[in-house]
Amino acid sequence: MEEEHVHGHRFGMVIDLDKCTGCGTCMVACAAENNVSVRPDESDKQRSITWMQLFKISNGKDFPDTEVSYFPRPCMHCNHHPPCVSVCVATATKLDFHTGIVSQIYTRCIGCRYCQAACPYQARYFNWWDGYFPKGKGLDRYLSPEVSPRMRGVVEKCTFCHHRLMRAKNQAYAEDRREIEEDEYVTACAEACPAQAITFGDLNNPEHKVSQLIKHPFAFRLLDRLGTEPKVYYLSSRDWIRRLADNFLPGEYHPVVNKNWMEREWSTKPGRDTF
Amino acid sequence: MDSPLIPEGVKRCSPKVFFFWTLPWLGLLLWGGLAAILCLWKGLNQTNMSNIFAFALWIVFDLGLIALGAGAFFTGFLTYIIGKKELKNIINAAVIIGFICYSGAVAMLGIDIGQPLRGWFIFWHANIHSMLVEVSFCITCYLGVLAVEFIPIILANRKLQEVKEFRLFGHNLHEIMAVFAATGTFLSFFHQGSLGGMFGVMYARPFAAREGFYIWPWTFFLFILSAIAVGPCFTILCTKLTEAISRKKLVPDNAVQLLAKISAWLLSAYMILKIADTLAWIYGIVPQEGLTFMDFFKQGPYGVWMVVVEIIICGILPAIILMIPNARKQTGWLITASLLACVGIILNRFMFIIVTLAIPVMPFTRFWSYLPTWQEWGLSLAIVGYGILLFSLAYRYLPVFPKELELNPNLETRTA
Repeated sequence: MEEEHVHGHRFGMVIDLDKCTGCGTCMVACAAENNVSVRPDESDKQRSITWMQLFKISNGKDFPDTEVSYFPRPCMHCNHHPPCVSVCVATATKLDFHTGIVSQIYTRCIGCRYCQAACPYQARYFNWWDGYFPKGKGLDRYLSPEVSPRMRGVVEKCTFCHHRLMRAKNQAYAEDRREIEEDEYVTACAEACPAQAITFGDLNNPEHKVSQLIKHPFAFRLLDRLGTEPKVYYLSSRDWIRRLADNFLPGEYHPVVNKNWMEREWSTKPGRDTF
Repeated sequence: MDSPLIPEGVKRCSPKVFFFWTLPWLGLLLWGGLAAILCLWKGLNQTNMSNIFAFALWIVFDLGLIALGAGAFFTGFLTYIIGKKELKNIINAAVIIGFICYSGAVAMLGIDIGQPLRGWFIFWHANIHSMLVEVSFCITCYLGVLAVEFIPIILANRKLQEVKEFRLFGHNLHEIMAVFAATGTFLSFFHQGSLGGMFGVMYARPFAAREGFYIWPWTFFLFILSAIAVGPCFTILCTKLTEAISRKKLVPDNAVQLLAKISAWLLSAYMILKIADTLAWIYGIVPQEGLTFMDFFKQGPYGVWMVVVEIIICGILPAIILMIPNARKQTGWLITASLLACVGIILNRFMFIIVTLAIPVMPFTRFWSYLPTWQEWGLSLAIVGYGILLFSLAYRYLPVFPKELELNPNLETRTA
């Protein structure tokens, strides 16, 4: 199984928090792409569905030292032993060792919500209501035929736009190719981000940009210490953000070293990604 | 009116009084029934559960009921496998309480899942790695075992005894009860453990995560031990409550005292292991995840007081009371200790369920609060109503307590 995984794909994402402006386009693009149901009143944030959720984080300091950043959080598609997969009673969620994608089978989910309890990222959402796509507001016309809408009483989550992978593979098959190109399979959030803060690709492929970006000294993962091995990486030059992405005991957190290198190479000037 | 159904020689209240006694419990059932219909018809949005509180009041009730219902299998094990004959005077009550707890829990789980019609997927598409699958398999099978154990008690009804086939069937079933007691013990052992395992295996939730032995986290063993320690206490409480309401002595002291003594030893063993587990968690898992013990109690109403209440007031204290022969022989102390032990186990389950989910793992997420809706309370209290109703019916029409006549030779009291 392990060998198969190494030779297969391991799709992942790198989100550059220094580039993220918090505009929320990723959330909207994700919801539109994946037929995410809405509610007439979306103010109940404990029960609304946002596969890609944008958190606003702050360094907690008073003016004028206040700094704010936005933190997009899709499903982390944890590797090897995702907390949600082994607990599912009906095998409705599975880690695909060929792609690294943690899938969700809506028609098999019984809605016990054990996976939600096990996920530390709050990345899983339960359908507390029937799907709602009001015709009067034209939302029904946006429904994608590639993604099945979910019924009431099941859990759903980010699938790394799995249907786009299927589409790319079909295209490659039609063109008699065995592999898909890097730009053929990109998630809706990565495609929509106006700041190009989200990069998507195969972490196992050394030629893909993501596999290079994750080697950057500023790369980190959310709650890495838990051992969930997320396939979503973040980049940030700001230590307080990196510190806020995990739990640390006093003295445990070590700021990124090589400050000169950082200042020289990691700026907002064009071409900074070619470190 | 219903006197031919009442066991021979015993005194029961009039049908009218019994009818009025059932009214509040029927009211609870009605409330729960309405809540269940609303949840099935409109969905779980009728509750205050959320994506944060995926498990809530119903699961606390479920786990509490299953832990308290453990008196059935453990008393069965002591009676039929170990051969403690004096417990034959309390085994019927223990079985009925167990049946009430388990059937109530299964009924609640049926409403609690988002797609009740897909409940059978647990068995059809079973994920053998999931602790919840083991729980579901064992609880379902054990409910069957409890039903089989309940049948001879039902068939012992005076009117049913007149039918030869029923009499023979009940008698023969009774003869092979040891087989069912052994099966029940095996099944219960695993589902009590798996319920604990369910939380211990959530390695990404530092508040619940526990290391363990092979595939089982320590909570697996702690849940078994706590259930068999406190289950008999609940059986004692129910029996004493029935005695208080009926104003009769129903179970000989030696049976109650034996259960209390066994509970004392098990509760003491549990407390030692629970304290060891808590310390290992505080100094092992918690710092590994970059947290301190106090980090879990920074937000919201849940404080260290819960741990103190669970371990000291509702754990060590009842264990000491039950351990002292002179204390457990006094009804007041016996009831106090049993009650504390039961509260302690429910608090333990509450912490593993609610507090685990309430504490955010991501440092930048906020603490959310949760209060159940009337629908959630309704369904939960309906199980209490159902339990009291079923136990009252069993007490009225079935020979639940074999020594009742012997212990009350000349009693002329009105009973419920």
